Amino acid sequence: MDDVFKALADASRRSLLDRLHARNGQTLNELCDGLAMTRQAVTKHLAILEAANLVTTFRHGREKLHYLNPVPIHQIGERWIKKFERGKLTALGELKRQLEKRDE
Amino acid sequence: MLKPEFIYVTYIETTPEKLWHALTDGDFTERYWFGARLRSDWKVGSSFEMVRSDGTVSDAGKVVEVDPPRRLAYTFVNLSDKYKNEFPALATFVLEPYGKLVKLTLTHEGFAEDSKFYTGISKGWPAILSSLKSLLETGQPLEIPYAALKFEK
Amino acid sequence: MSKPEFVYTTYIETTPEKLWHALTDGDYTERYWFGHRVVSDWKVGSPYRFTHPSRPSPAGKVLISDPPRKLAYTWEACTEELRLERTSRVTFDIEPRGKVVKLTVTHDNLDEGGKTLRGISEGWPMVLASLKSFLETGRPLPAEIKDAA
Repeated sequence: MDDVFKALADASRRSLLDRLHARNGQTLNELCDGLAMTRQAVTKHLAILEAANLVTTFRHGREKLHYLNPVPIHQIGERWIKKFERGKLTALGELKRQLEKRDE
Repeated sequence: MLKPEFIYVTYIETTPEKLWHALTDGDFTERYWFGARLRSDWKVGSSFEMVRSDGTVSDAGKVVEVDPPRRLAYTFVNLSDKYKNEFPALATFVLEPYGKLVKLTLTHEGFAEDSKFYTGISKGWPAILSSLKSLLETGQPLEIPYAALKFEK
Repeated sequence: MSKPEFVYTTYIETTPEKLWHALTDGDYTERYWFGHRVVSDWKVGSPYRFTHPSRPSPAGKVLISDPPRKLAYTWEACTEELRLERTSRVTFDIEPRGKVVKLTVTHDNLDEGGKTLRGISEGWPMVLASLKSFLETGRPLPAEIKDAA
């Protein structure tokens, strides 16, 4: 949960997410194109987004394609997330459940 | 909002081991998966690719869960321009022994409400899994003309 | 809220005529439909009935009979409990696709969250897998099921 908030707290990272929302599946080069950030900075931000599970990557030959990995994936994926991630996932699910209960 | 999950259940006269092999071995998939060879080392976190007969890659994916011969799960995206902007969805195969049969349940979920790829996979999976069943039970896959799936533009 | 329906598509190496025959002839259904024999003259408006030596069986009325392309009938409940739910409908669409046949079974007009929906969602994949194996290998699936149909 902390990862997600920390990841979203930065404006540069939010703009990267916006870019992917406009067009999913971009390579690092494509994401860097036209941004005022250095390539290094973009790489660092993407790593943080990936660690927070907001972005996922797929290998396509020698390139990596970046995709938005929205929260719903976590919600449906509770039964398949690996053991060491289960703690983080349950916390998110539990928070969601509590918020939904409060709304009822 | 998401599209409802796509679920397909079938029963095949085979063993879980043989079915697992058929789902993960490129030589096998080529015969029933419209010529696609699935290529991966099938370790959690590893990438996997669907390779066309001409060697080009049609889909790129990531292995999420491997528990042979019981559960296999991966996400993948189709790399064509038509589907490139979609969220990666999760495909989970559950293989359960059922007497002399194996009950195979495929759940493909996580598609956004406006997903076009969802329509494609809804048409593709019944054909692929029907052909897989025939291959394992008769020794021959089905000859389903790809055009017959009528993917919309 | 739209009414729920169960749709299942399978591809079978057979001919439309053989598939039609398998769906409408009791000698065949008895073999792959786990002992349930079907009887009907398959004219629109006629009744049809499945029978089984020990289990409740569906019955109903023929709605569409267009051999070998389309067959539809009502699906009336087998048990008292299920009779509380509305009468549903089953449609078989048989389409040739090159050397194989595409069979689409649509079971609709079901009560949302009802027992019929749950039961047929489990039953159809099993029956249709057995039908496919029967037509392709000559043998139905070797299975003991708790409740078919």
